[in-house]
Amino acid sequence: MKFVDEFRDPAAGRAAIERITALAAAQDRGFKFMEVCGGHTHTIYRHGIEQLLPAPVELVHGPGCPVCVIPMGRVDDALHLAAQPGVTLTSFGDMMRVPGSTSTLLDAKAGGADVRMVYSPLDALAVAEREPDRHVVFFAVGFETTSPSTAVTLQRARALGIDNFSVFSNHVRIVPPLRAILTAPELDLDGFIGPGHVSTVIGNRPYQFIPDEFSIPLVTAGFEPLDVIQAIEMLLRQYDEGRCRVENQYTRVVRDEGNLRAQQLLEEVFTTRDTFEWRGLGWIPHSGMAIAEPYADLDSERRFTLPGARVEDPPACECGPVLRGVLKPWECGVFGTACTPETPIGTCMVSSEGACAAYYEFGRLRVADEPDPLPLVSADRARR
Amino acid sequence: MTGPDRPDRATVDERIAAVRARRPRLRDERVTLAHGAGGKASRALVDAVFLEVFDDPALAALGDAAVLDPPAVGEQLSISTDSFVVQPRRFPGGSIGDLAVNGTINDVVAGGGRPDWLSVAFVIEEGFAVAELRAIVADMAAAARAAGVRIVTGDTKVVQAGAADGVYITTTGVGHVPVGRRLDARTVEPGDAVVLTGTLADHGMAVMLARGELAIEADIASDTAALHELAEALLAAAPDTRWLRDPTRGGLGTSLNELAEAAGCGVILAEEALPVRPTVAGACDLLGIDPIYVANEGKLVAVVPAAQTEAAIDALRAHPLGADAAVIGEIRAEPASTVVMRTAMGGSRVVDMLVGDPLPRIC
Repeated sequence: MKFVDEFRDPAAGRAAIERITALAAAQDRGFKFMEVCGGHTHTIYRHGIEQLLPAPVELVHGPGCPVCVIPMGRVDDALHLAAQPGVTLTSFGDMMRVPGSTSTLLDAKAGGADVRMVYSPLDALAVAEREPDRHVVFFAVGFETTSPSTAVTLQRARALGIDNFSVFSNHVRIVPPLRAILTAPELDLDGFIGPGHVSTVIGNRPYQFIPDEFSIPLVTAGFEPLDVIQAIEMLLRQYDEGRCRVENQYTRVVRDEGNLRAQQLLEEVFTTRDTFEWRGLGWIPHSGMAIAEPYADLDSERRFTLPGARVEDPPACECGPVLRGVLKPWECGVFGTACTPETPIGTCMVSSEGACAAYYEFGRLRVADEPDPLPLVSADRARR
Repeated sequence: MTGPDRPDRATVDERIAAVRARRPRLRDERVTLAHGAGGKASRALVDAVFLEVFDDPALAALGDAAVLDPPAVGEQLSISTDSFVVQPRRFPGGSIGDLAVNGTINDVVAGGGRPDWLSVAFVIEEGFAVAELRAIVADMAAAARAAGVRIVTGDTKVVQAGAADGVYITTTGVGHVPVGRRLDARTVEPGDAVVLTGTLADHGMAVMLARGELAIEADIASDTAALHELAEALLAAAPDTRWLRDPTRGGLGTSLNELAEAAGCGVILAEEALPVRPTVAGACDLLGIDPIYVANEGKLVAVVPAAQTEAAIDALRAHPLGADAAVIGEIRAEPASTVVMRTAMGGSRVVDMLVGDPLPRIC
């Protein structure tokens, strides 16, 4: 693969790692940084970044995988919707294997339910337009990254007068779980790598309470390997220079005020729930987004009667401590034994952005296993 | 009754005999259940669509079986069968017909065989357009001819509308393995090189984009091709090649995991050595799909002893289908039964078997 992209330049990466090593050594202490977003978790494992970091710098994988935080009860509600006659349930591919209390959407599909994978909520609306005899439900998940596209879809459905369509909203906000993590007693964190995509929408200002109230720095970062490495360097530099702030590594995309139009759109189409359940984190006030009154007729929760049962996480599953960064994935009692990507018990094992699946797929490799440079490959490349 | 303007019985019988002797003609625009019932309509379809185009004496004999000569003494047979159900049936770079021939040839090739014969079975949905069937058959005939492989026997079934999705094709290929040739994962040794004959993920991404569900347009074409010549070039230059695969469904990652498991060794890949076209890499990035798990239909991956690696690469690059051939990794004793990628950044990660379908990530 060619890495002409400046954000994947190995030489620049090595140089940044050297600076990180020096900065950490100068502080003479350990650092635990949490990457909030599942996209970062994926980048870190996919590019083997964790192994490049010096021992004092440790990464903790946070709650920002939208699939991983959906509680079982909500999956059960989606399965209930899929079982209704005349209903076509649409969702992103990642949701298909997320276990409810008895089965998954993939199981429901195999059992004859009309469950379809879509790549965007607009695709789901297109299904409704094409098949007026079906009622098409879009099982919406995600942070402020994906909620604007759901909002646009609802506006479009309204404009086109499509009424055989509704959205089962499981959209969530990023700031409330961060506060929940910060106020949890067992936590010990020295910085956040802030979510790049979410910040494109909400900007950097909503994070200001983190340095202000908790004296912990945050650096918003992009998703290429160098973005993540540079964000770690910026966090350490804040310690080195005695600062504690919200900083922006992802300036090529994120503006401090965010995307005002998208914010306005969210304001119009969604309303904040009093409370919403998160897998592993429990109920978090003001963290969920329901569909606002003007769009009530396009809200699956109002069009259908849902069981809405609260389902306890399986007792063996330790997704909660993993999501809070208290446990490393492999420290969970069922990791890699009862819980694997083929038969996930917890959602962290489902999406490749989930800390457990990412570790299982890419990470479980001791440093001692690390191979030396490859002479035959190098010789071939030199000959080209 | 007799009269000057009435034909005599003998003339009528002659006329009937002449009509009966005429080959049945296919006038239908769509395949119907009658075409699968084994009667005249079946014969018309087979005659007009298959026999003329495939043009093989063994097939034209219309026996229940093709009767063929055995390979030479000491040679072995390489046999493989595969079913083709791809949607869409036509995509940039090829069609289901190309795949049905090339895919099975390549499986025979990966077994060390030189492909000789193909058997072809069609399951056709009632209502399928005869014109499209002709186009598919033409692709198959052209692909087989280009590869020097004979289509010697076949079967056609028609099922009710809704019982199949258009057309399914199953092909079985038979080839002969030259005396002394042995390809076996168990002969792989630490220090061997992993060689890939060209760019990754072209076929899978071409088909995924051709489905039109993604609203992404990119100039990506399938790499479908018969690889018998390329394999012979490789095996001539590197006669001690240990193992050969065509990494189709599940991609390179899956094939190499199967190798690591069968050989019990570690397979260490160098990320920056993996050839991927920039447009394919871009599409994969956008969808969150790792090209290492995406299907190829015109590539081979081989394990070659270190001493023959240079010769292997030179021979591959001299062939048009191997221009982008590269050494992509090496065999190590450790970590046992594991595929590891050294990333361009200098880290490493496990390349596991893919679980389920490659589902695009959502953010």
